[in-house]
Amino acid sequence: MEKAAISINDLHVSYYGNEALKGVSLSVQPGNLVGIIGPNGAGKSTLLKAMLNLLPKDKGDIKVLGKTVKEVRKKIAYVPQRNDIDWDFPITVLDAVLLGTYPNLQLFRRPKKKEKEWALECLQRVGMEAFKKRQIGELSGGQQQRVFLARALAQKAELFCLDEPFVGVDASSEETIVTILKELCMQGKTVIVVHHDLSKANDYFSQLILLNKELISFGGVNEVIQSDIIERAYKGQFAFMKEMGV
Amino acid sequence: MAFIEAIMQYGFLQKALLTSIMVGIICGVIGCFIILRGMALMGDAISHAVLPGVAISYMLGINFFFGAVFSGVVTAIAIGFVSQNSRIKHDTSIGIMFTAAFAAGIIIITLLKSSTDLYHILFGNVLAVRSSDMWITLAIGIVVLAAVYLFYKELLITSFDETMGAAYGLPVRLIHYFLMTLLTMVTVASLQTVGIVLVVAMLITPAAAAYLLTDRLWIMIFLASGIGVISSIAGLYFSFTYNLASGATIVISATAIFVLVFLFSPKHGLIWRMLRVKKKRASLI
Repeated sequence: MEKAAISINDLHVSYYGNEALKGVSLSVQPGNLVGIIGPNGAGKSTLLKAMLNLLPKDKGDIKVLGKTVKEVRKKIAYVPQRNDIDWDFPITVLDAVLLGTYPNLQLFRRPKKKEKEWALECLQRVGMEAFKKRQIGELSGGQQQRVFLARALAQKAELFCLDEPFVGVDASSEETIVTILKELCMQGKTVIVVHHDLSKANDYFSQLILLNKELISFGGVNEVIQSDIIERAYKGQFAFMKEMGV
Repeated sequence: MAFIEAIMQYGFLQKALLTSIMVGIICGVIGCFIILRGMALMGDAISHAVLPGVAISYMLGINFFFGAVFSGVVTAIAIGFVSQNSRIKHDTSIGIMFTAAFAAGIIIITLLKSSTDLYHILFGNVLAVRSSDMWITLAIGIVVLAAVYLFYKELLITSFDETMGAAYGLPVRLIHYFLMTLLTMVTVASLQTVGIVLVVAMLITPAAAAYLLTDRLWIMIFLASGIGVISSIAGLYFSFTYNLASGATIVISATAIFVLVFLFSPKHGLIWRMLRVKKKRASLI
């Protein structure tokens, strides 16, 4: 059997003792486009970050591409939430994409012509080459997200992790992004996306991780999107809100 | 141009000029990273926090460089420790730690009752720069510039998108403390020219002016250094000619440049912005 792209075994994460994730176990095969869905505060971004060892975990074992995260870091491309980025940063579109080539450059080595051409190619793939000299803050939300996708492409990664890539993004950019993500999966790459709404989950993903602090359901899209399972994930939140007196 | 003649003539003025030019350059370079990371307050904190280190170095009779770097880095670690391990926010933690370090420094200096001149450490006196100070500044300058040149990629990525850096395996925490160490070294180099209290202005003001002039980091770094150098030379001129404290004249020169840029920068300046808005509105009538 092929090595799992990601396998997580009994993952527990807490913020200073407050439980954020408990007992999550799952295994994703390469070539899947996986959505992480769940109500607000379900720990979706936490799972993504914990998966990449960006957060300390209390317990659990994580393997990426059959190895520890540390061993395969350069093969992991990460696209942050849009509001984690300072859009006034003095960097042009092309230079931002060029950052994607850094993980594969050795210490003290600068990007050369070869890297710049490759970055431009990635920018073309997302249809943003006309904007290469713009400062990143001058773009619309959808354009910014496409540029960050180009940066991830430039990294030649095996695993792509995107945190809420469709927030504040126009429909046509969203379509471009989804098309490219699907292409990546066809090439055998694995893509994990934190997603906020259920509406398009059907069209976008091949597998879903439904989360509400614990793993509610994981599997093919049609298995997970069943009303009773979804209800179980979201009902937790309604009950919680009642407790708060909302 | 009595100033130029005086430079030719007096060794102390040549040293002052060289030292302040070097300080202008390295403050500009490090300042760019400081303001882009939103750490302006951290710059202020670290510069104050070197005081106890300087005092203890005098007490032990060692070069003040070592003590200063030590107390600067310890304070940076303490600030990080408190904000990461409690609900105390980062700026509050900065406020607590650097004032504590600064206060400790004042007490140590007072107890020493030595010839150490607190006033000169706090406010700088570039015209009293000794040869040894000039060489220290030069050495620090070379180290800082080489470090930024060699680790430019890593500094850029962690300043722009730290999570991406961490995701692909950069030791982001280490890079943060590495930058704090460079910041401390720059502060030490600036002690003689602008003094502890005003170092933060040399870090932030030229970098902020450069930030308003360009949309590319490496150009911003060169501009910030250039503005730092111009401020240093102009400040030295006013200090020498009118017998004013050098730190103050250098900082005021930098501020004057910032105000000009703030008003007239082609892309981000206030005036052109207002004119663009006006033009746009007029075209809609």
